[in-house]
Amino acid sequence: MSMKVATRQVDGVTILDLSGRITLGEGSVTLRDAVHDVLAKGSKKILLNLDEISYIDSSGIGELVSGFTSVRNAGGELKLLNLTKKVHDLLQITKLYTVFDIWDNEASAISAYK
Amino acid sequence: MSDSTTSRVSLTLGSTIESVDTVEQTAQEFAERAGFDEDTIPNIAMAVREAAVNAVIHGNTYDPNKQITASFETNSDSLVVRITDQGSGLDPNAVPDPLAPENILRGSGRGIFLIKAFMDEVHFRQLHPGTELTLIKHRAPAQPPA
Repeated sequence: MSMKVATRQVDGVTILDLSGRITLGEGSVTLRDAVHDVLAKGSKKILLNLDEISYIDSSGIGELVSGFTSVRNAGGELKLLNLTKKVHDLLQITKLYTVFDIWDNEASAISAYK
Repeated sequence: MSDSTTSRVSLTLGSTIESVDTVEQTAQEFAERAGFDEDTIPNIAMAVREAAVNAVIHGNTYDPNKQITASFETNSDSLVVRITDQGSGLDPNAVPDPLAPENILRGSGRGIFLIKAFMDEVHFRQLHPGTELTLIKHRAPAQPPA
C-alpha cells in the first residue's frame, strides 16, 4: 500500500492528512513532493497528520526530518499530529521525539503556530 | 536428530525496492509462524527490511547485475535471518551514530541503528565481495508448568 496525501487549510495552516506507508521509494518521495509543493505555494505553516500512517521505515523517518529542516530553512514550521504508537516509539528510540513539535489535538496544534 | 519445528526458506532476488518488500513480507510471515507477539513481529519485519534496504541501496547500489540473498530459519530457540549483497563491503564501525547531536537532523543513516535496536543479535561478515548480515531474535523461553 503506497502513501496518500490529502491537503486542507485551517486558519492559515496547511494540513497534510497522510495515510498508508512512508517507506523507501514511493512513500518517501510522495511526502517530499507534498511538503515542497506546499512551500512552493508560499505556505510555511505545515501540519502533518500521521493518524492513518500504518508503517514508517528509516527512509520515512529521514523524510520527516528532511521535511522538518526544509520548512525551518524556509522560515516556517512543520509540526506533527496524531502519531500512532508505532511512529511514536520510533521517534522515541531515534531521539527525534524532542526535535519535532508533536500534538494529539488538531485545534491545539493549529493554535500553536506563531 | 532433526527438529520438527525448524523451517527454512532462501530467496535470491534482484537489487530492487520490490525485493525489499518481498524480504520484509517473508520476515513478517516467519515471525508470525514462530509465535512472536504482536509488538515484536513488526519490529522484526522492520529490522529485516532495513537490512534488505542496505543490501540493495548501499551494497549493490541498485546494480541489476547484482543480487541479494535472504535466508530465514526458525528453530526452537530463535529466528535467524541472513541477508547478503555483492557490494564493496560494509564497515559497521564506520557508520555515524544517528543519535549524536551533529547527526540527529540527518535525513538518512538510521537503518543499522534500528536493526540493532530491534534484534537480539546482529553480526556482520565480509564476503569479498559483499556483506552478510545475520539477524537473530530469540524466542521467549517457555513458561514452566504451574
